[in-house]
Parts: sequence; C-alpha cells; structure tokens
Amino acid sequence: MKYNLSRRTLLKSAAGSALVAGIGMPAIVKAQADAIRIGHLTPLTGFLGPLGEYAVMGIKLAAEEINAAGGVLGRKIELVMEDSVNPQTASAKAERLIERDKVAMIIGEISSASGLAIGQVANRMKTVFINTGCNSDALRGASCNQYMFHIEAANSMYVEGVGSYLLRDNLVKGKKWYTLTADYAFGHDLARVARNFLQKHGGLLAGDELVPTDATDFSPYLLKIRQAQPDIVASNLAGNQITNFLKQYAEYGLKFPVAGFGFDTVVAWGAGKGNFSGIWPLVWHHLVDTPSSKKYVAAFQNKYGKLPDNQSWGDYNSLKIVAQSMNETKSADPQKLAEHLRKGAKFDVMKAREAYFRSYDNQMVMEMYAVRAKDPAKMKDQWDIYDALGTVPGPTEDMEILAPPKDGTCKIG
Amino acid sequence: MQLVFLLEQVLNGLLVGAYYLLIALGLSLIFALGGIVNLAHGGFYAIGAYLAVILANHIGFAGAFIASPLIVGCFGIVVERILFRRFYRSDPILSLLLTFGLAMVIEQGLRITFGATPLPFSIPPELRGQVLVGDFIYPRYRLIILGVAVAAATATWFIVFRTTFGRVVRAGVQNPDIVGSLGISLAPYMTAIAALGVGLAGLAGVLLAPISGVHPAMGAEILTAAFVVVVIGGLGSFWGVIVAAMLVGVVRGVTIYFNPSWGEASMYFLMALVLLLRPRGLLGERIEKFE
Repeated sequence: MKYNLSRRTLLKSAAGSALVAGIGMPAIVKAQADAIRIGHLTPLTGFLGPLGEYAVMGIKLAAEEINAAGGVLGRKIELVMEDSVNPQTASAKAERLIERDKVAMIIGEISSASGLAIGQVANRMKTVFINTGCNSDALRGASCNQYMFHIEAANSMYVEGVGSYLLRDNLVKGKKWYTLTADYAFGHDLARVARNFLQKHGGLLAGDELVPTDATDFSPYLLKIRQAQPDIVASNLAGNQITNFLKQYAEYGLKFPVAGFGFDTVVAWGAGKGNFSGIWPLVWHHLVDTPSSKKYVAAFQNKYGKLPDNQSWGDYNSLKIVAQSMNETKSADPQKLAEHLRKGAKFDVMKAREAYFRSYDNQMVMEMYAVRAKDPAKMKDQWDIYDALGTVPGPTEDMEILAPPKDGTCKIG
Repeated sequence: MQLVFLLEQVLNGLLVGAYYLLIALGLSLIFALGGIVNLAHGGFYAIGAYLAVILANHIGFAGAFIASPLIVGCFGIVVERILFRRFYRSDPILSLLLTFGLAMVIEQGLRITFGATPLPFSIPPELRGQVLVGDFIYPRYRLIILGVAVAAATATWFIVFRTTFGRVVRAGVQNPDIVGSLGISLAPYMTAIAALGVGLAGLAGVLLAPISGVHPAMGAEILTAAFVVVVIGGLGSFWGVIVAAMLVGVVRGVTIYFNPSWGEASMYFLMALVLLLRPRGLLGERIEKFE
C-alpha cells in the first residue's frame, strides 16, 4: 500500500513529536546560560511517590530563595529534575544528568536501592551526590564511597532517636516486642539495627513478620500480633504501607502500644483521623523550635499552602548547604565541594546545634527527634497529628553517639 | 502451630475473600459480558475512593457510599460509548492496550489533581468497633464489607440470570448477530453492563478507602489481585469469581500464618496450579484448545 504523506499528516506528526519530545525531557527550572546546574533525582511514582513530591517542593523553594538572594558566585542555580522510578532508571538518569545535562552534582533519592545505584554512578564519574532520603545503614557501611554524602539520617540514628524515648517510657527492658518488617533491603537493614538495639537494652523479640511491599491487607498480620499478645508493636515498614497498617491497626482496635523505626510525616497525615498512634522518630518536623526552622515552615506554607514535612527538609537543606559551600570555596567544582564537606564544615540545618558530615562515612552528624501521636480530640486540624517529645541526644552529649558504629565496614579513601 | 490460630486465619481468609470479591466482581462482569479486558478497572476503583473522600466531607459517608458508585458508573457509560464500543469485534489485544492506556491516564490524572500524598480518610465513628465471637475478633467494618459484597454479588446475579435484561445480554455474548436479527439493539445493553461493572469498581473503592491509603497508585495495587481472582475462578463464570475470592483469601491467610513473605506470592502459585490442572479455571467454560 502506497503511503501518501499529506501536508496535514506531516504537520500533525511534527506537532506530535514535539509534544512527545517535550514530555521526554527533564523538567528544567529557569533555563539559562552560565547557570550552575544541579540534578535532582527522586521517585515521583510508586510507593515512595508521596515523599518524592515533598522533596521536589523543598528543593524548588531552596533554589528560589538562593536565586532571589543573588545566586551562587553570581550565577543562578538551575535545577534539572527527574523521576528516578526504580534503581535501573535511577542509574541511567544519573549518568544522563552528569554526561548530557552537565550537572555539577546530584541531590535526592529516597529508595535505598536507587540511592545505591546513584551513589555508584557518582563515584565512577567523580560527581558529588547528596542522599536526602535513603535510610539504609549499608549505604554508610559496605556501600559507602567518598562522593556520596548523607543528609538523611541512617537507620541507626532513627532507632537510637526513638529508642531513647521508648527506654524512658519503660517499653524496652524485659518487654515483648513484635515487629512488622518491609520485605526488601531497607526493611531488613532496619530490622537488623532494631534487633541489635533490643539486645543491647534487654528487650525480647516475640516475633518479626516480613511483609511483602505489595501487601495492602494487614488482617492476617494483625491476627498474629493479637495471638502473640506482645507488650509493644513496632513497624519497620515504609511509605504507603505505614498508612495502610495504621488504618487497619485502628480498625482492629488492638490496644498494644505502637512504635516505629522508620517514619515520614506525610504517611501519617494520610492515615486519617483517629488512626495514628504511637511514638515515632523524625529527622526533622515542623514543630522544631529554632528560628531557622520556623522561617522555613512559614516560607513553605507561603509558597505551597501546606506544612513542610521531613523529606522536604532534606532536599531544601542539601541545596542550601551546596550553595553555601560553593560560595565559601569560591568554586562550583565537585572535587572542591567534596573536600570541603569532608573537612567537617558546619552548617545550620534548622536544629539547635549545627551539623557536619563526618569523614568516616560522609554521614551528617546531627540531632534527631521523636514525636508522640496526639489524642484525636486535641487535634487542631488534620495536620496537627503529633506532639514533639524532644531532641536526642541531650544538649551536652556528643551527637555522634546516634550515628552508625565505626566498625570499619566503610572504607573511604 | 496452634490449631485455633490457624482456624482464625481461615475464617479471616473468608472475610478477606469478601474484599477480593468486591474488587474482582466488576472486572469479571465486564470481561464475561462485555468481552473487554478492563485494565482500567483499578483506575475506576481509585476514582471511586477519591470521590468518596471528597463527597464524605459534604454529604457524609452514607451519602458518599451511594453517590460515588453512581457517579463512577456514569463515567463507565461515557467510557463505554466513546472507547469500549469501538473494540467489541476487534482483536482483544486492542482493548487491552486501550484500557492499559486509560489506566495510566487515570492514575496520572489523579496525581496531577490531588498530588501523590495519601488523602486522610477514616472509618466513620458509627461503623468502628469490633465483634468478638468466642476468642475470634472481627472488625465491624469488615462485616459490613462482607454484607455489601454479598448484596452486590446477589444483585448482580439476579440482574444477569433472572431478568429479561440479563437474558438479552447473555444471548448477545453467545451470538450477537442473531440477537441483532431479532430486532434487538445490543448497544444500550452493553452500555448498561459497562456502567454496572465500572460502578462495582467504584463501590469497591468507596468501601475500601477507609482501610487503605487513598493515593493515585491504589488502583494498580489491587488490579493484579482482581485479575488473579477472575482467572482462578474461570473467565466468564459468575460463581467462579466468588469461589476464587474465598479461596485466595484463605490461601493467603494460611500462607501468612506459616511463612509471611510468601503471602502475596501464594495467590500466583494458586493461579499457576489451577491453570496447570484445569486451564478453564475452577468453574469457567471449557476452552477447546487446552483440554
């Protein structure tokens, strides 16, 4: 069949290809020449999508503020943003960002598996990658490298953070624990750290159930928990599974206290009235009482009409740290940036004390927080779901006691 | 292993079967009587859930329970008229591609409109609470889901097998040309079936929204389970869906009792087993090629 290419068809296909090409391109914020390009990779689809959304909001706000104040070294920051989807895509996009889009460095990621992939690309191509959302201790251990920095807290820090309040509430020593663990790398890592914590403080593990990441109905697990009659139920779950678990835990009316070692405010906001309970750890939350924290909350609410969450904190502060470091070293070169960060430069990350990256594994050493779910009757609105329990460690203690132990599994330089 | 705990899982499995029945019923209906493999089934389920969240703020949960499936059913009418109708006599792969694309459009549309973060939604206070039968615990809300699932299945059965409407539709499945030559236009019947199937998806969305996270990808979460239930039951069989839903619920519950990480995989093993031993599904119609 002879195919006749009419003018109309040609115009339609040209328009069509332009549209498709536009969709295939990364989102570029304020494209211009001589800007410093920073890559942002975060999952926008999948079970971590809700967190990725806030990560994007956080970093966009930071870029806006930096550019409004004159940029970095007189140049504007230009964000090149991509959806990291899964580890294979994350790896490919990281390479593309560095090679084709010529970004100075990459910020982001939430899934520990994708974070590992991006970290390996960063190491190979000698570009800095700041991890804002991956919790796995392994990324700071066997999989560490000198170009991957972590502003997000490691699983050890989360466990120690909430652990000290659980100890204070007398929920550890001699108590029967029952844990639900997400059946993938992050969950296993967290379960291991939690188990060590329990062993160290005399807690007993009555049961640990592996929950596949695609499970939506928790009823068989809830029945097992009820059958075991533990003293406390702990969650090593992630993302939307925490929401489902909280909803169904309340549905079954189980009375055992709840705690978790992995948590994001966003998933608890989604749990609905009367479903959120327990004590949970956070790397930051909107109730933190420091001037820079309050300023951030106000600016975020002003721009987006909602409260910022812990994920947005990570991406926002990463960009601010990068801008500050580049200004101080008077260079946009990733090597100089890496060296500057590894020297232990201190930064204001909206907490009472300044934080720094420790050179052993490039983990940011900082304070952590714990929150307790509020009584539904006392909630002012749907976002007022917890009370701040406090800051860990205490003001005179060394912040590094929370960080993963320096057991030599990480070999940087 | 304690027998009473295992029994509890089995009974709970039957209850969870109602959950699977609700999400699979609409899919089975559209496939059996419409001939369309509706991969957008999860998308309509999600729309039903989101509508429930929005409407519940204005007309309460009871109002949302009635209004949401009806509105989703209307979407079904529109989708059938504009999209499904063109593919009844085409290669089945075309309807598969169509509904796959539709599913993605719905998911991303929900994400663009509402954002990716889960919307808060709870069981209304009047429906909370648990019922204790001996030492076995049943949340009141799950019993309500069971009740609605049974009612929906009964109503569907009645419509399809006991009314003239249903008779025409079943005749249309067997031989649309003869029905046409009898002077009956099948078009409105097909629209009605699509509306019913899609409406059932919306109903599932409303009922499950209080106990699942309401986020754009929620449709994709239940779609695979719905398909597995329909395939195990047998494509085209009404009773098959019910039996399969119960079976999947029980098998999953028992698997989780012994080895939780195989819980979700258990339904796929079950499907593989059923297809190997009985390719038509448990109660499906005989497929000459395979038996």
